[in-house]
Amino acid sequence: MRPVAVIGVGKTPFGAFPNRDLLSLAVEAGEKCLRNGRVAPGQVESFYLGNFAGPSFVGQSHLAPYVSTALGILGVPSTRVEAACASGGSAFFHAWAEVAAGIYDVAMVVGVEKMTSQPTPRVSEILAGAGDCGGEMRAGNTFASLFAMIARRHMHDFGTRREHLAAVAVKNHANGALNPDAHMRKVITLEQALNGKPVADPLTVYDCSLISDGAAAAILAPLERAAEFTDKPVRVLGIAQASDYVALDRKEDITTFPAVRRAAAQAYRMAGVEAKDIQFAELHDCFTIAEIIATEDLGFVKRGEGGPYAFAGCTARDGARPVNTSGGLKSKGHPVGATGVAQICDLAAQMRGEAGERQIPRHSLGLAENLGGSGATCVVSILGAA
Amino acid sequence: MRTGFIYTETVIYSAPEAFTKDAPYQTAIVTLDGGGRVTGRILGERVAIDDRVAEVEERDGVPYFRKAPQV
Repeated sequence: MRPVAVIGVGKTPFGAFPNRDLLSLAVEAGEKCLRNGRVAPGQVESFYLGNFAGPSFVGQSHLAPYVSTALGILGVPSTRVEAACASGGSAFFHAWAEVAAGIYDVAMVVGVEKMTSQPTPRVSEILAGAGDCGGEMRAGNTFASLFAMIARRHMHDFGTRREHLAAVAVKNHANGALNPDAHMRKVITLEQALNGKPVADPLTVYDCSLISDGAAAAILAPLERAAEFTDKPVRVLGIAQASDYVALDRKEDITTFPAVRRAAAQAYRMAGVEAKDIQFAELHDCFTIAEIIATEDLGFVKRGEGGPYAFAGCTARDGARPVNTSGGLKSKGHPVGATGVAQICDLAAQMRGEAGERQIPRHSLGLAENLGGSGATCVVSILGAA
Repeated sequence: MRTGFIYTETVIYSAPEAFTKDAPYQTAIVTLDGGGRVTGRILGERVAIDDRVAEVEERDGVPYFRKAPQV
């Protein structure tokens, strides 16, 4: 395997955009990314599209060439990757693998989702397709209720409290309020977060990520060629994808995600670093409890300590290890297929010193964790300033 | 009918399209006495982790449980 670098990134703002369709979002992110990496469309040798449910949300299938040709990328392999909420991260992983293996030099990834054209109950139903439709979902569950059941058990086993969950929402909203591209730029208080409208006990609306439209893109190339494209390459030091059961009731212990632990272990080994070395991270806070468990599964803290760790401010922008300086899925927004790619863009922005008001001082080693469904897919990426 | 203990549970207020008329309702993962776990609905009184439950019926492939005498 040869060293690989991210040479270009680009994103749309995230939000509810009634006048934007899937293609215009994907093209905006893709064109920004091509310009950012000073890559001509004809130089792209392989194209990956991360998208969860375009066929259900907007009625369009065959999405990869639909998007790549609109970007002027013609003739090359163009592949859609679907892995629920980890679609973007998985697309990035597969593009990285091709470049690392020497199959292609320049591979592009676009992640996109257009969700707000459907009413919320229909969105819940489409998202539920990423669970076990013959079992847990047929019983009337939603993704919020699956993570509510995870939260309940985590509270039972470790003493995690509602205040711990709420602290994650407060922190991510504080970060997102400073992000001009975030969906919900609103500071919230702990009281507000604790007294939100119930969605699935113990989770309220403030524990849940947003239903958003948006796209994000990245271009990968061998590190040895990075200087041809950019003076600010970001190295992919370690990356891995892992899998687990789709159905929550198949798991022995729902308070931990084995796919996260496996992907993290492989990514740390590849990068030659340990959890304690990671300076900052973009974690998959689809629900507040997911960020708490991610800090445990990634080894930032011991099992059961993720709640107090967040509540103590350790993951705040001025904390020991900032998490989700972008605002996370909670405040930045969660256009499902775009999320995993946007995490890469957000790490790159910090590493390039381009994070504006959210810029943190220690930003040379960062980690992204992108979770699919209730943990059946996980992609962990460790990036480093070149 | 099957019996077991509540492994975890939630009360759902924001339901998917097909179940909006039922909300709020409780779902749970039940650790079965015969081994394994199953996801189902709770009828009647709300249950909490470690409560004992018994299956009362099956509708559309979904098991429905009710709180049982605690042991």
